[in-house]
Amino acid sequence: MKQITQFPGTSGLILEEPLIFEKSVKGRMACSIPRNDVPEIDTSKLAAQGYFRSSIEGLPEVSEVDVVRHFLRLSTWNYSLDHGLYPLGSCTMKYNPKINEVAAAIPGFAQLHPKTPEAFSQSALRIMYELQNDLAEIAGLDAVSLQPSAGAQGELTGMLMIKAYHLSRNEPHRNLVLIPDSAHGTNPASSVVAGLRTQTLPSGEDGCLNPEALRPYLNQNLAGIMVTNPSTLGLFEKNFVEFSCRIHDAGGLVYMDGANLNAMMGVVKPGDLGVDVMHINLHKTFSTPHGGGGPGSGPVAVTRALEPFLPVPRIVFRDGRYGLEWNHPQSIGKIHCFYGNFGIMLRAFTYIRSMGPDGIREACENAVLNANYIKEKLKTHFHIAHDRLCKHECVFDDKYQQEFGISTLDIAKRLMDYGFHPPTIYFPLIVKGALMIEPTETESKETLDQFIEAMIRIAEECKNEPELVKHAPVRAKRRRLDETLAARKPILKWSPGIYPE
Amino acid sequence: MRYIPHTSDNRKEMLAAIGLTGVNELFADIPQRYILDKPLRIEPAMSEPDLMRFLTALSNQNADVGRTVGFMGGGAYSHFIPSVVPSLMSRSEFVTAYTPYQPEISQGTLQAIFEYQTMMTQMTGLPISNASLYDGAMAAAESALLALRVSQKSRIAVSRAVNPGYRATIETYCRNQNIEIIEIPTGTDGGTQLDVCRGLIADGVGCIVIQSPNYFGVIEDQTGFAAQNTGSSCQLVTIVTEALSLGILKSPGECGADIACGEAQSFGLPVSFGGPYLGFLTCKEKYVRQAPGRLVGMTRDSEGRLGFVNTLSTREQHIRREKATSNICTNQALCAVTASVYLATMGPEGLRQTAELNLKKAHYLRSQLSQITGYRLPLSGPIFNEFVLQVPGTVHQFQNFMTAHGVFPGIDLSQDYPEFGTALLVCATEVNTREQLDRYVALAQTYSKEALS
Amino acid sequence: MSYPANFKYTKDHEWLKITGSSGVIGITDHAQHQLGDVVFVELPEVGRKFDKGDVYGVVESVKAVVDCYMPVSGTIVKVNSALESQADLINSDPHGDGWMIEVDLADLSETQDLMDSAAYEKYLADNAD
Repeated sequence: MKQITQFPGTSGLILEEPLIFEKSVKGRMACSIPRNDVPEIDTSKLAAQGYFRSSIEGLPEVSEVDVVRHFLRLSTWNYSLDHGLYPLGSCTMKYNPKINEVAAAIPGFAQLHPKTPEAFSQSALRIMYELQNDLAEIAGLDAVSLQPSAGAQGELTGMLMIKAYHLSRNEPHRNLVLIPDSAHGTNPASSVVAGLRTQTLPSGEDGCLNPEALRPYLNQNLAGIMVTNPSTLGLFEKNFVEFSCRIHDAGGLVYMDGANLNAMMGVVKPGDLGVDVMHINLHKTFSTPHGGGGPGSGPVAVTRALEPFLPVPRIVFRDGRYGLEWNHPQSIGKIHCFYGNFGIMLRAFTYIRSMGPDGIREACENAVLNANYIKEKLKTHFHIAHDRLCKHECVFDDKYQQEFGISTLDIAKRLMDYGFHPPTIYFPLIVKGALMIEPTETESKETLDQFIEAMIRIAEECKNEPELVKHAPVRAKRRRLDETLAARKPILKWSPGIYPE
Repeated sequence: MRYIPHTSDNRKEMLAAIGLTGVNELFADIPQRYILDKPLRIEPAMSEPDLMRFLTALSNQNADVGRTVGFMGGGAYSHFIPSVVPSLMSRSEFVTAYTPYQPEISQGTLQAIFEYQTMMTQMTGLPISNASLYDGAMAAAESALLALRVSQKSRIAVSRAVNPGYRATIETYCRNQNIEIIEIPTGTDGGTQLDVCRGLIADGVGCIVIQSPNYFGVIEDQTGFAAQNTGSSCQLVTIVTEALSLGILKSPGECGADIACGEAQSFGLPVSFGGPYLGFLTCKEKYVRQAPGRLVGMTRDSEGRLGFVNTLSTREQHIRREKATSNICTNQALCAVTASVYLATMGPEGLRQTAELNLKKAHYLRSQLSQITGYRLPLSGPIFNEFVLQVPGTVHQFQNFMTAHGVFPGIDLSQDYPEFGTALLVCATEVNTREQLDRYVALAQTYSKEALS
Repeated sequence: MSYPANFKYTKDHEWLKITGSSGVIGITDHAQHQLGDVVFVELPEVGRKFDKGDVYGVVESVKAVVDCYMPVSGTIVKVNSALESQADLINSDPHGDGWMIEVDLADLSETQDLMDSAAYEKYLADNAD
């Protein structure tokens, strides 16, 4: 193999910067206010009644130069996807196309008020309508709502719809949701917010859900099952169709967590596998940026049977016009003041139009290829619980490295010094010391090879220089942070003179 | 495709490394009858120039934002966004970064969000702020749930003057947890009825939810509500949908609210057809462990340097799972950082002056319109930048006339609030010039003559 | 760390020290080690009654949360309020200063199926990861 000696994580001049409040100087201003061109009004009555505040205590007073330097310096402390690889399993950190950003900033979209009369917002409605159709086609389902603001809210919406479905059939006792122990934490949390009960199912020895595990719960209390496919181990749930059938036979519905759709889109349709409802993460599969934690978008796709329960307003096309439709009496209602994160939908729409059907399929194929390539190259250096064909992600653990007193956490921190964001760690919970790697299709073979080389070097360091790994990172803006102190004595806002001990 | 680097040689080489010969073998673990043998029925790929041309043409079919003038609020407000905001917020380091679970390489986002949390506590007068929620409606729902966790009750009372989209969302979240929602009526001044609240508090509701300024634009007497509530476990939740009003109006914390939440879209986010926006939630110190959403805290690193981390994570879904305070994971982080930049740019003086402009513009428009025959102001309460206007003829006729002349006159209230008859919710902000306001008045005059003749 | 011979132990890693008809309860060294640095402890109100197996409190570390289960039925007579500002006592002295609650025992016979220190140490060894 080509000897790679140059890693991205070298040091450089990164400037320190205090909190903006510490830079405040009374009388400084960074903004420009228009002149008042209407008559003055008498506010004495309002003032006398105590409606006005006297000041905004503590809000910083800085110049425009201060604002620019402050936030620019802060930005340089972040690693980002535009910097380099983020092999985060379950997150699908694929490249965020710049055309998406340009599209979202077009004034005709960015400055369009949500209550603009429909005749004057046809294009925005059209984008939403076409995106609904595209997602329905990719999902292999019949109808879509774009309203949920993130995957978790999509899950909530889906579970509310399942609950409403059973209620509409006079089966309110159907309130138990089966959830594998490998599920993302939002799955049980969303079910509970929806007012349902949860039952954890154990994953089998092979990492997949065993249909037999369902047996005790296939009765009149079953609302449905909530399952991720491929699973959070990056493995295709080989019994999916079978347990879908069993759930349906018992009167339940199948919810699929669509976080891993990047491993299926264009190749398999979840609807064909028996899925009744699923959510899609636009900020994962459809390239919209993560923004340091959001905003995302979590549309739900459903079968015809669940369509009446979708949130309102529905985006429809009738009599040659796009419009908002409110008259759906069985709808679960609203979960957003307006229609959802339109700016994110517009980015996803732009992405899908850029990719086309061939691009979508190719993305999926290459994502799976990349994950299997990494799995093959690293499996002699890191223990893998399930060494077989994976989908778009693979899960290692720290079993070999524990021998030298090194944990997954240490490996993750050392990877930063090589200039990579660490993979997902300690998830799924069913693998002790999990290290979940999802490269996505937008990474080149050279980047993957460089990442593989870095991981192998770290594996060697674990054996020969464990202290280096244990005390990593050494090159990041900050070394390991005291999370215990932050939780024991929380300081959640700045106050003059209040700093951690 | 430019986002997919692999050439066919790359693919061959990599497949060989795995011991496979064809891409289809990568899906051998899926029963073959489910593998699609036809391409997806979506539009074929468009080149970048074609797509830009398509999107630009499409956007021009919307309201010509350069030439039409809007007077709509109702939870989304058109404000001037200083150029430093989009300039700084276009930085890749903010836009394409992931959630700061690895704090050592995420200090930029973490400090910016810590500053956002701080500024929100300064704006609302309550000491704890989370790192954002989806939007004001969801923040209102989460605030009601927080209030019930704290008060250990199962009934909430929500003012009729809370934004209808918010009330619907609160209902969706609460209905499924066996929570009863009681509606509090409003009075002729447009404010929520204080005396009804007194009775509800005595009757043991877990929280009172009001909005100020409310959906009718009327500023509520928050201090009055707080005074009703002293000594009870009932929580006062104040929703603010027009965050800019906090530039001049007394903060909810100062007025005695226990929880202040709502929408901070006015802090530097474009209206963008309804989202992404910025839900905020602030509350008393002792509620912090019950609060939903992420929290950024200050700490030190192993070399004693100041740094920031996500903290108190045991409240959240990835640890607490079905017992979490909320199911939220991804939030509106980039929007929160945007708000930090906006607030730092505006400062207290800029906010106060801008808020004053809003007050003056709305008062001017309201007073001019009230003098035209056929137009009435049904509510007497004090306003910030929105007001209810009753118009002659029907709302549709009025709107059609105004839009034909390039003016979106306001939001139709007749569906949600039939008691106002033919009425609209009219909003004027600092972006509306004297010329635009006078044009509205002149058109309204013309319409009135035609309608009443 | 040794496990005091005069304590009783549960499979969920609580310990019980009996004195007459009252008992002191906490979590074991094994439990605190699994949790990592304890940051917060939720304790019940004095006067509350719990049955054997009920959740009486919660211990939180940075990355985990565990429910604490009653080894026996009883009424809470005292709680360790020092834990409010010094949650780390559970880490530094889990069998001593890190005690959580003191209870009036409802039924002494309930202690019969609890483990002694030798049985608990064997239980730990048998179930080691």
